[in-house]
Parts: sequence; C-alpha cells; structure tokens
Amino acid sequence: MRHSLALVLAVLLSLAGAASAQAPGAKTIILSTTTSTQDSGLLDVLVPLFEKQTGYSVKTISVGTGQALALAARGEADVTLAHAPALEKKYVAEGKMHHRRLVMYNDFLLIGPESDPAKIRGEKSVVAALKKIAETGSRFVSRGDKSGTHVLEQSLWKAAGLTPAAPWYIESGQGMGATLGIANDRQAYTLSDRATLLEFARRVDLKPMVEGDKLLLNIYSVMEVNPVNGPRVNTAGGKAFADWILTPETQQIIKTFGIDKYGQALFVPIAGKKDEGF
Amino acid sequence: MDVLLDGVRQAVALLASADAEVLSVLWTSLQVSGTATLIALLLGIPAGAALALARFPGRTLVVSAVNTGMGLPPVVVGLFVTILLWRSGPLGALEVLYTPTAIVIAQAVIAAPIVTGITLAAVQNVPASFRLQLVGLGASRTQMVWVVLREARLPMLAAIMAGFGGVISEIGASMMVGGNIKGQTRTLTTAMVLETGKGNFDVAIALSILLLALVFAINWALTAVQQRR
Repeated sequence: MRHSLALVLAVLLSLAGAASAQAPGAKTIILSTTTSTQDSGLLDVLVPLFEKQTGYSVKTISVGTGQALALAARGEADVTLAHAPALEKKYVAEGKMHHRRLVMYNDFLLIGPESDPAKIRGEKSVVAALKKIAETGSRFVSRGDKSGTHVLEQSLWKAAGLTPAAPWYIESGQGMGATLGIANDRQAYTLSDRATLLEFARRVDLKPMVEGDKLLLNIYSVMEVNPVNGPRVNTAGGKAFADWILTPETQQIIKTFGIDKYGQALFVPIAGKKDEGF
Repeated sequence: MDVLLDGVRQAVALLASADAEVLSVLWTSLQVSGTATLIALLLGIPAGAALALARFPGRTLVVSAVNTGMGLPPVVVGLFVTILLWRSGPLGALEVLYTPTAIVIAQAVIAAPIVTGITLAAVQNVPASFRLQLVGLGASRTQMVWVVLREARLPMLAAIMAGFGGVISEIGASMMVGGNIKGQTRTLTTAMVLETGKGNFDVAIALSILLLALVFAINWALTAVQQRR
C-alpha cells in the first residue's frame, strides 16, 4: 500500500521534472495571428522553417484578428500576421503597430444553400447580394467574433446601408470551421475565406453564390509591435520574422502552398506591393 | 454514424503507428496535468488536514470557499492566470505565458481546491474519539495528524483521481494560458478543439478515445491500489 503510494508520487515527480525541463529559450518570439493561417496549415510549414534558419523559437498564438491586434497593442506579442486592413491601419495610425507590409492574399466567397432563397447566385456585387438576403430575410450566419472575416462582413453590411438583425441574422461567435458547420446545418448564407472552404469541402454542401468582387479580397499583412506598448517586446525578433516572411524564398513557398492537397494554391504572395494596387 | 466509425478506426491507426504528433500531445498532457496534480496534492493535503482538525473563527467561511473552489470554472482560472502572467502583468518578468509551466500553474489552481476539499471531508470522517484516543496514548500532535491521514488514505486516493481527472480533461485554462502551440503547449483537449475546428472530426474522435483511455487507465491503477486490502 505504502509502496504503491510512493510509486504514484514518484511517477508524478518524474513528470514534473520533465515538464520543467521545457523552459523557454532567450530567443523567443510571440506571433499573434488569425485562425485561418493556422487552420489552413500554412504556419505549420513556415514556422518550423523560420526557426531552423534563424535559431529563433516562435510561439504562435492563433486567435481572431481583433484579439491578435489587441494582444500586440498590449505588448503581449512581437509580430502580428492579420487580415483586416481597416483595423490594422487604425492600430498603425495610433502608433501601436508599425512597418505594416502586405504578405499575401486570397479571397472570400459568399456561399449559400442550393435552394438559394434570396436568388443571388451569380450576382456580381456582394453588396447587392447582401441587400437581397436582408430583403428576403434569408438566414445568414455571421462569425460575430471580431475576426478579420467578421470585420470585412461588417464593412460590407455598412456599404449596403443595412444593420443586420435577428431572427434571420445568426451570430455564431466561433471560428470559420464551426461557422461553416452551423451555416450548413441551418441552410444559411455565410461569408468564408477560400482556404477554409476548401478544407471543409467534404462536409459542407453550401454553394458559391458570389465571388470575384474586388471587395471580397482577403489581404494579409505583417506588422511589427511598437516596443513602447510593453516592457518585454522582442523588437529584433519581430522584425526578423516580418523580414523573413517577405523574402523571395518564403514568398515562393506561399505561392505553391496547398497545390499538392487541393490542386490549387491557397494564397497569392504579394510582398512589396501597396494597398493601392488592390 | 460513418464519422464515428471512421474516428474509431483512425484512433486505432494513429495509436498503432505511434504517430509522433499524437505522442507529443499525449506526453504534454500527461506531464502538465501530472505536475499540476502533484502540486495540488502538496498544497491541498496539508491545507485540507489543517482545516479538518483546526477550529478557528471564520472556519465555516473558509470551508465554504474551498467547496466553492472545487467547482472553479477553468476558463475563469485561465483568464486570471493569463492576466497575471502577461508581459505587462505582475508576473510578466517570469516570461512563462504560453509555456507548459503556465498550464501547470493554472491547472494546479484548479486542482488544489478539489484535493483540499476531499482531504477535508476524508479527515473529518475519521471519528474524533479516535484522535482523542491517540492523544491519550501519548501521541504528539504531528504523530496524531500522520496516523489520522493514514487512516484517511483511501478517500484521499479519490482526491488524486478527482484532481487529475479534472485537470487533464479541462480545456478553458489550457487554451488561454498555453495558446495551443504545436509541439509545446498542445494538449489532448486543445488539439481536439483545433482538429474539430479544422473539420478533422476523425482525428478529434481519435484524440477523445485516447483521452478517455488514458484517464481510465490511471483511475484503474489508482483504484486497484485503493481497493487492495
């Protein structure tokens, strides 16, 4: 009995020893980013490569774009990869973030059920399509989580001059994957980035309704965190990651990412370009 | 239904192939929750025993607080530990946020009241007359506490099981203070949320089966110890 208890304690102690051996290194960077970059698997390819080439150790915190920027503005991260240009520019203007540079883009699609109750299939303008959804009171699922996708969706409703509301407007408060599941289940329209939609193609039978509108471009930027935000911001590390993701070699990896799995690339690299080009 | 069956098949395949990523996640979970349980035992057993044996004004209040703590929502603990460990927070200089250590801290906070509460109940269940008898036989206070704890050891094994079972299956705190970083702070539960979010339901089911099997194996071992006479 006593030996058994001693054994339990010994096992726990050895686990404790192993856990404490994983102390963080001095060259650690915190990257705050969006769920889509993680869910698409892109960061699983890029981050280990960066760590290998530079010796930095990266802690990737994948949250909605709103939270990723908010964390960075508190100095809780060193570099941010986000996809909400309007919001990003606000943080840059406030001096919380600097050196905002474009990295890549893909696009959003307005998708919906086969039955298409709002009759928007093939509509060229996403704003016009949203107006029809609101007029017909067709169900629409919103992320509702201040993510880059949600921020874009809100700007589109604003452009349409509408304030969407329940009962037809549903806020999931969850990530893109979960939101697609809800939209699929409720046979509702929703806005999705192409990468996540491809990932879920097997389980979601919502059809593309509107795509190709300029307003549906999904532009990712990298920003360095201003060291005045907090006492322990790793400025050099943040800059190293931002510079690295914009090198021609990395951009080439981004360009071909996803082809082996989906038969098409998920992102288009655009290092060096300006917002005005889009 | 197909998804479930696929998940079970996938679980067997993942385990059979000793998939490096799954093993890393499993190992992290075991380490983190094992360490947190150990800390909770080191704090909770003395605290529970002291509360059971001592009489002081406000004791009922403290015991109520412990009992409330037994149901502490992990997400609340996660939030407060995150704020404390932020670079800008009071413990920011430690730089442990988003490391396994941070999860250990949060889980120890979750498990400690559970261990304290169960120890308290176990020790109180030892009849007071037994304690009086020990003192009457000339036992010192330390000796008395030691014998009483030994007498209460069976229910206290339940404290280990409840503490460990509580923390290895929690998600809110691990996600917030750990950040679900691949190869570092990804645990069984945070990996499950991620895989579900990615639409990989089969992998998520495989991980759930793994988690259940792990908790069962540990409880089985502890129960075997507990029930042996």
